[in-house]
Amino acid sequence: MTTAESAVRFRDGAAVVDLPAQIDSTAEAALNDAYAAAAAHGSKTVLLNFAGVEFLSSTGIALIVGLLAHARKDGRAIRASGLSDHYKEIFEITRLADFMAIFADENSALKGGA
Amino acid sequence: MLTLTKTFRRAIGRGATTAPAPTTAATTARGRALETPPIDIAPNDPILAYFHAGSGAVAIDELQLDSPAVAALRAAGVKLVVPLISQGELIGLLNLGHRLSDQDYSTDDRRLLEKLAAQASPAVRVAQLVREQEAEVRARERIEQELRVAQLIQQQFLPKTLPDLPGWQIAAFYRAAAEVGGDFYDFIALPEGKVGLVVGDVTGHGVPAALVMATTRSVLRSEAPRLIAPSAVLERVNDFLHDDIPANMFVTCLYAVLDPRSGALTYANAGHDLPFVRRGAVVEELRATGMPLGAMPGMRYQEKESVLGPGDVILLHSDGLAEAHDTSRAMFGFPRMRGLMGTLGSGHELIDGLMDALHAFTGPAWQQEDDITLVTLARSAGAHGERLIVEFEEASIVGNERRVMERVAAAAQDLGLEPKRFERLKTAVSEAAMNAIEHGNHGDASLPVQVQVSTTEHELIVRIVDNGGGKEIPEPETPDIEAKLAGLQKPRGWGLFLIKNMVDDLRTHTTETHHTIELVMRLGEKGAEE
Repeated sequence: MTTAESAVRFRDGAAVVDLPAQIDSTAEAALNDAYAAAAAHGSKTVLLNFAGVEFLSSTGIALIVGLLAHARKDGRAIRASGLSDHYKEIFEITRLADFMAIFADENSALKGGA
Repeated sequence: MLTLTKTFRRAIGRGATTAPAPTTAATTARGRALETPPIDIAPNDPILAYFHAGSGAVAIDELQLDSPAVAALRAAGVKLVVPLISQGELIGLLNLGHRLSDQDYSTDDRRLLEKLAAQASPAVRVAQLVREQEAEVRARERIEQELRVAQLIQQQFLPKTLPDLPGWQIAAFYRAAAEVGGDFYDFIALPEGKVGLVVGDVTGHGVPAALVMATTRSVLRSEAPRLIAPSAVLERVNDFLHDDIPANMFVTCLYAVLDPRSGALTYANAGHDLPFVRRGAVVEELRATGMPLGAMPGMRYQEKESVLGPGDVILLHSDGLAEAHDTSRAMFGFPRMRGLMGTLGSGHELIDGLMDALHAFTGPAWQQEDDITLVTLARSAGAHGERLIVEFEEASIVGNERRVMERVAAAAQDLGLEPKRFERLKTAVSEAAMNAIEHGNHGDASLPVQVQVSTTEHELIVRIVDNGGGKEIPEPETPDIEAKLAGLQKPRGWGLFLIKNMVDDLRTHTTETHHTIELVMRLGEKGAEE
C-alpha cells in the first residue's frame, strides 16, 4: 500500500492542509502528521483543503471523524474547503457538515481570520 | 371333502407363490358325498411322512399316530385314505367313508383304489398346474393393472405444460421406475406474477405412493397461493398430511417461490435433496433445514432466500439420479451431479447431459431403480429485458475497490445517468467492493470479487458478489456521529450507510457460501437535492 502526503501551510493564523488525491486508508499517516504539525505550530484553526481530492471513501470519512474528534478535544476548529458537490453531499448525509464549517474555497474559509 | 391348505402345499414343495388350487378327493358314505370342512394338515404332522412312505391305501381307524390330521379325518367319517403321489410328491388324498355294504374294504378294493390313484395322480397334477398358472396370470395382471393405475395417477398430476416466463428457460424431465415411485413436480401460479416450484418424493411405490403424491400436490396447490411463504406452506401441508397419511409413509419436498422479475427465490425444504445453483463457474447447494412432510406434526421449516441473476441456472431433482448404482453397486452420487452441473449447459441440454452421463455410468443393462425427476430453470443473460453490459472479477486486495469503481463507471458512462447520480453510483460501488474485499473475502487475494453490470429498460443494476456467505449482511444503520466525536464509538462504520444513501435501491442476498449486494439506479431520473 502506498501512503499519501499532505502538505501543511500556515496562513492567516490557520494551518492549511492540502489533502492528497485519495482519502482512504492510505491517507491515515498523512492526515495524522498534518494535524500533529498544525498542533505543534499552535494553530487554533485547521483548514482541510479538499481541492485536490479525487476519491473519498468511508474509511476516509472515518479518518476525518477521528481527526475532528481529536481537534474538538484539543479546542481546535476544523474547516473544510474545495469540496466537490458530490463530497459536499456526502458531508451533509453523514452530518460531518454539522460539525465543521464548509467553504467554497480557501480564501473564503480564511476570510476574517482564524 | 378335504382341502389342502397353503401350509400343507408349502410342506410338500409347491411354492407359496402359487394361488390356492384345492386338491379334492371324492368321499362317499352310503352313496352321499361327505360334507366335511377343509382340514388343515400342518407341515410337521407325522401323517405326511406316512403318506410319503408310499404305503398305499391307509385305513385311518388302524393308525396309531399322534396326528391332529388323523383325528380330524376320523371326525369327518373318513375310513380309508389313498395318497395321490405324482413324481414323488404328495399332491392330494383320495378319502373314502364307509363302504355301502358296511363291510371293510377288501384287498381287491384297495388294489383297485391304488391303481385308480396311480392313474388319477398325473391328471390331478396337470389340473393343479393349469390352475396355478391361471392364478399366476391373474396375479400378474392384477399387479400390472395396479401399476397402470399408479402411472395414470402420476401422469394425471404431473404438469402437462411448463409455465411461460419471459426471460426464463424452463425444462422438466420425469421418468418412472418400473415399479413407479412417488416422485412429483409442479409449478403453481401465485399472485403478483410469482411462481411456486415444487419437487417431491413420496416413500414407497405403486398406488399408495401415487395417492399420497396426489394428495400432497392438491394441498400444496390450495395452500400455496394463500400462504405464499414457503415455510408456512410446508408447515400447513405437513400438518394436513400427518393426519391422513398411512403409517410409515412420508414425503420429502422442496418448495420455492420465484419472482421472475427480480430473480428472487425464497425456499424451504422438507428433507428433500438440495437444489443446485450455478452462478458463472460456481455451483452451490441451496440449503434449508426441515423434516419430511407427514412424519411428525407441528414441524417448523427454515426459510432462505437467494437470487438467480442473469445466466444463473437452478436444478431441482429427486434422488433417482444421484442414488442410481452401476453394476458394481457404486453410486452415481451428488458430487458427480454437482460437477456435471458446472460443465453442462442449461435447459434440455443440462437434462440430456445428466441422463447421458447416467447411462454411461450404469451401462446398457441397467434397470432404473427409482423415479428420476429433474426440473431446471435458467435465467437468460437478458432476463426479463435485463441486458448484461459487463461481468468481471477483481482479486480481493485493498485498493482494488477503486478498480471496480472505475470499471463499473466505464461500463455505465453511456447510460444517461445525470452526473450527480453517476458520482453517487461510483461511491456506492467502491464502498460495496470494499466491503466484499474486507468483510466478505477477508482480504484473501485468491478470492475474487465478482461484478456484474446490467440494465433493464428502467434500471441500472450492479451486482457485487463475495465468498462471505452464511451470515447475513446487516441492515444499514445511521451512524451516531455525536458518539463518535465524543470518542464513545469508533470513528468507522460508514460504508453500508453511505451505500444505502447513494443508490435508489439496495438489495442484499446471502447464501451458505456467498453474499450478493445489488445496487440499483433508476434510469432517466434527476438527482433530488438532499
